[in-house]
Amino acid sequence: MVIVGAGECGARAAFALREQGYQGSVTLIGEELHLPYERPPLSKEAMASEADPAAKIVTDLRKLADARIILMSGARVVRLDRQAHDVHLDNGASIPYAKLLLATGASPRRLPGLPESSRCVTLRTFDDALAIRRHLAAGVRVAIVGGGFIGLELAASARRRGCPVTLIEAQPRILMRGVPAEIAAVVHAEHERQGVCIVCGQGIASIAEAGETIEIALAGGERIAADLCIIGIGAVPNTGLAEEAGLAIDNGIAVDARLRSSDPDIFAAGDCCSFPLAVYGGRRVRLEAWRNAQEQGGLAARNMLGQDEPHATVPWFWSDQYQLGLQIAGLSDEGRDTVRREVGPDAFILFHLAGDGRLVAASGIGTGTAVARDIRIAEMLIARRASPSREALAAPETRLKALLAA
Amino acid sequence: MAEWIKACEADDVDEEDVIRFDHGSRTFAIYRSPDDEYFATDGLCTHEKVHLANGLVMDDIIECPKHNGRFNYKTGAAKGAPVCVNLKTYPVKLEAGAVMIQID
Repeated sequence: MVIVGAGECGARAAFALREQGYQGSVTLIGEELHLPYERPPLSKEAMASEADPAAKIVTDLRKLADARIILMSGARVVRLDRQAHDVHLDNGASIPYAKLLLATGASPRRLPGLPESSRCVTLRTFDDALAIRRHLAAGVRVAIVGGGFIGLELAASARRRGCPVTLIEAQPRILMRGVPAEIAAVVHAEHERQGVCIVCGQGIASIAEAGETIEIALAGGERIAADLCIIGIGAVPNTGLAEEAGLAIDNGIAVDARLRSSDPDIFAAGDCCSFPLAVYGGRRVRLEAWRNAQEQGGLAARNMLGQDEPHATVPWFWSDQYQLGLQIAGLSDEGRDTVRREVGPDAFILFHLAGDGRLVAASGIGTGTAVARDIRIAEMLIARRASPSREALAAPETRLKALLAA
Repeated sequence: MAEWIKACEADDVDEEDVIRFDHGSRTFAIYRSPDDEYFATDGLCTHEKVHLANGLVMDDIIECPKHNGRFNYKTGAAKGAPVCVNLKTYPVKLEAGAVMIQID
């Protein structure tokens, strides 16, 4: 068994193979030199902490050795040979596989025409995070292009380090993708309260380096000078290997519900693949989320061993900014209509209902983990395709857990 | 030295639920199981030090509200990724309608 990509997803898959009792060889190949680590803290704790951060590793050499997992770090796969059933590395070596898992992740989307500069950066890896945080000192002007989760979390972290922050979003509001306007408004207001200058509805005309300054010209003519410019405009799936090998691609490596690609001996999981989401009638989606990476790593491993288990879970995301915690279960664009539920004084949940009344998603925001429990229950209701009454969802005195028993 | 302290009234915790209990600088989670027994563990998840009391109790499992790490709150056993370190548990007894826990 060979796994390409040693992030959260690939590492989880490697261990899941052993948990299933597989005794043969397991090789995990990663481009980075680090042990597999968690990426979510990179935009949060790793940026905001005063002390130099350590990567939050998901396994160590001892556990890898105990599980007889061969980790090849700093190794890049340059080609898949489907006929010969082997993968070729940049050092000339090749490794045979019976089943192959592509957990190659995604890469930051690039803005065309950017200057080659250490002051104009993206965030994906731990090394990226270290490079960014080296700049983050009080007074250092930070410009962030992109009002998605990464951009906003970095904005919050940079404010914590005392940096003046300007965030530029081309869309009419922040968090256009996947987050309802009512919740995005809470996030927007909190960033402004914390002193972030948010500019929405403005494209970038140009970004140029002038000495130690990055000059950003907006489409509307406004100019912003920054000491550090972070581009956070989404990610593109790493499909190069799969494409060159002739595998089907559809917004990522196209896999079926069992995470099998168009080649029955090759699976894909995590950020790099698109798959049919059963809870929405097989709608094809690609998710960039930590829990999805973990779950799909495990699921792919079981199916590589012939389990024939379809994907069945509900997407789940979270973001932390300042004291705010946002959690979303399901995809809110499936909903036609929302019901709002107050959860304590400064937290609320929007339940998204389909035209037939079925609960299809829930989005919540509040201090810390205030909405977590109800979002988790909503996730279970969504998985059951439940149609709870609007009154029960809206009434704070109704225990949501009681709806699970119904 | 081990001592028994009062954590809460028995009625403060719903069945199949959890509440937070702070004592000095320490924080605990007090559980009431579906079969109406009481349990106590450390209050913070072993993964990222999040208060477990906002988490969901299902049967004998507490799920961390942040990243869904799962523990058996009766034994403290971690139930798999992302949590790998067990949760410390504490002896519990009911006394005159109060939940008492024994801390060290």
